[in-house]
Amino acid sequence: MTLALVLGSLLAVVAVVIVARPFLREPAPASDRLDELGELDRLRLTLAEERDRALAALKELEFDHRTGKVSDDDYRAQLGPLRQRAAEALRALEPRAEATREVPRLQRDAAR
Amino acid sequence: MAALGRAALLLSFGLAVYALVAGSLAARQKKRRLALSAQNALLSAFGTTLVAALVLWSALARRDLSFVYVAQHISKSLPTGYALSAFWGGQEGSLLLWLLILTAYSALAVFLNRRNRDLVVWTVPVLAGVATFFAFMLCFVSSPFETAAAPADGAGMVPSLQNPYMLAHPPLLYLGYVGLTIPFAFGMGALLSRRTDERWLVATRRWTLAAWTFLGVGQLLGAHWAYVEIGWGGYYAWDPVENAALMPWLAATAFLHSVMIQEKRGMLKVWNMVLVALAFNLSVFGTFLTRSGVVNSIHSFSQSPIGGWFLGFIVMCVVFSVGLIYWRLPLLRARTKLESLVSREATFLYNNLLLVALCLTILWGVTYPLLTQAVRGTTRSVSKPYYDFFLHSFGLPLLLLMGIGPLVAWRRASLRALGRTFFIPIVAAVITGAALIAVGLGSSTPGLLAYTFSAFVAASIVLEFTRGTRATGSLTKLVARNRRRYGGYLVHAAILLLAIGIAGSSAYQTVREKGLKQGQSMQVAGYTLTYESIGTTAEANAQATRAVVDVSRGGKHVATLHPGKNFYPVENQVSNEVSIYHDPRNLGDVFTIADGIDRNGTLFLKVLVKPLVNLVWAAGFVFVFGALVAMWPDAVEQRRLAVRYATT
Repeated sequence: MTLALVLGSLLAVVAVVIVARPFLREPAPASDRLDELGELDRLRLTLAEERDRALAALKELEFDHRTGKVSDDDYRAQLGPLRQRAAEALRALEPRAEATREVPRLQRDAAR
Repeated sequence: MAALGRAALLLSFGLAVYALVAGSLAARQKKRRLALSAQNALLSAFGTTLVAALVLWSALARRDLSFVYVAQHISKSLPTGYALSAFWGGQEGSLLLWLLILTAYSALAVFLNRRNRDLVVWTVPVLAGVATFFAFMLCFVSSPFETAAAPADGAGMVPSLQNPYMLAHPPLLYLGYVGLTIPFAFGMGALLSRRTDERWLVATRRWTLAAWTFLGVGQLLGAHWAYVEIGWGGYYAWDPVENAALMPWLAATAFLHSVMIQEKRGMLKVWNMVLVALAFNLSVFGTFLTRSGVVNSIHSFSQSPIGGWFLGFIVMCVVFSVGLIYWRLPLLRARTKLESLVSREATFLYNNLLLVALCLTILWGVTYPLLTQAVRGTTRSVSKPYYDFFLHSFGLPLLLLMGIGPLVAWRRASLRALGRTFFIPIVAAVITGAALIAVGLGSSTPGLLAYTFSAFVAASIVLEFTRGTRATGSLTKLVARNRRRYGGYLVHAAILLLAIGIAGSSAYQTVREKGLKQGQSMQVAGYTLTYESIGTTAEANAQATRAVVDVSRGGKHVATLHPGKNFYPVENQVSNEVSIYHDPRNLGDVFTIADGIDRNGTLFLKVLVKPLVNLVWAAGFVFVFGALVAMWPDAVEQRRLAVRYATT
């Protein structure tokens, strides 16, 4: 019983220290504010998802055409609108410098 | 040491409550350190629960009968492996296993996603809420650490649980059940934090796949255990406990498919939230079914200490998830719509509707006896014909869709392209159907349809791999560029093997039963079984009686089988011990049961010849392989996602 009490108390102390650690490490932080996505970040994320979807759709269309699931006519009919959608998604992200730099690599990845 | 176990569980409860309250406050008030502290509480809860689990395992290993749980579930003579497996053999131990796995998963999920603070911040209180419930049950309702004066020996273990499968089957099921909490918590966390983008799906993709795989393998092991241990010749009986695991698995299967529509097309956001909530709630419902005593009767449920608490928790979870989804509906609206009813996404949708319909009909079948007993006072239950009807109605079209889906293009498909891609699978299906009828196997319509559809699906899978390999240049490149898709096709191949095995072993099985004196024989489906002799031996904790039965085919000896019975003196129970010959010729089994042995030495031998049944078990290996391929990390995709979420 005594051993159990000692071990139990030790366990409690360790747990309390772990839980209190963020406060012990930073007793007076410059900022305690939790990072949160701003409206611009949310918009950027939506656009990035849209861009990835558009590039993936192009990749799928290409693959489906090569494996015979999409006929030549359907391929030609769908390619234009999908390319346009992808271009719009890429353009929408263009103001951000890093996005522009990443586009060629993303396109390479999509073409793989 | 029971006091240490109790203290550790109390600490787990306190830490879970703290993680719930502090986590919610931190998320609402945007407090960074408080959020981290709540995460640490969840991590610590794993540590304290592990200590509690080790105390129980240690008591089982030492056969410490002063623990009431130990005395009720094992005996001194029980082999150590089974004694340790008693951890999940009873209600209290099972609840502790739930909490142990939940806190382990929670700690790992929070640690792996520690950089996605705004996503994790609301996930922590959801996980902590579930952990609080289970820790509460273990501390105040159903503790495994109750103690009493130690009896001379324990009550022992039910003989059917003394089987090696019991070492793996329940923990795997629990790994699956509990694993579904992670996508649920992330989904609800995403709704609470208004982050309804795909981040939560990306974060939980592998968690869902892993939980689904564990649940699938756990069920298959359970089916094999029933096959070799229960001694009735089958492997699935639509038992409520079996259905309890099948329902969340079906819901998770639907989710794994529909999630791809959200990723590819940005559609079905509400549906995915509904499915992830359904899968989680069904997993809690499954635990409730197996542990509350409600399966036996409403009376045992009302007498069970945990039944009411569980029911309350399930109602709370359903209200919480439905309410939250409804509250966030405006954020979940899709900006795109289905372009054509003949497209890959449409087939995924049909597949989802069939899976959910099958899941809900099983749910109705499971709850119907409980409802009639609660409302009318008399139990009316549904049985095998009810389930078989819906399995055929929804399962056969699902099987066919497994072959159709991969052949249809995304967005829309023209009739000409469909005609070209479907030609070979249709020819394969027609030839198979005609051949089966020609050789006289058209007697069972579901069996005939299952095999015809299976030929269609098999041809479509082979075509997918060959056309894809031709397009990319190599098979490894093909699989590497889309592991989820081709891993998924391997899983489809496993389901196909399962369907062929089930159809063969049920629609085309032969059953005979006969009383035999020593030296007499019986004929079953081309096999001759001769009763040679009988003997009794003493095993570690049982007395084993075995008949010796010679099996021959075409006059040639193929096997010697030993069906019999075990008598367990401590438990005062008798178990059927079946003996099986696996025939490599038809991938089937000759399954023998010693139904009775009378005083005159007459053996009442029941023989089942089950063609193709071994494909059911082979499917398990292909299933795991396919799931591993689908789960394997993809460097290109990870780079793309890293770019997408670089600043979020």
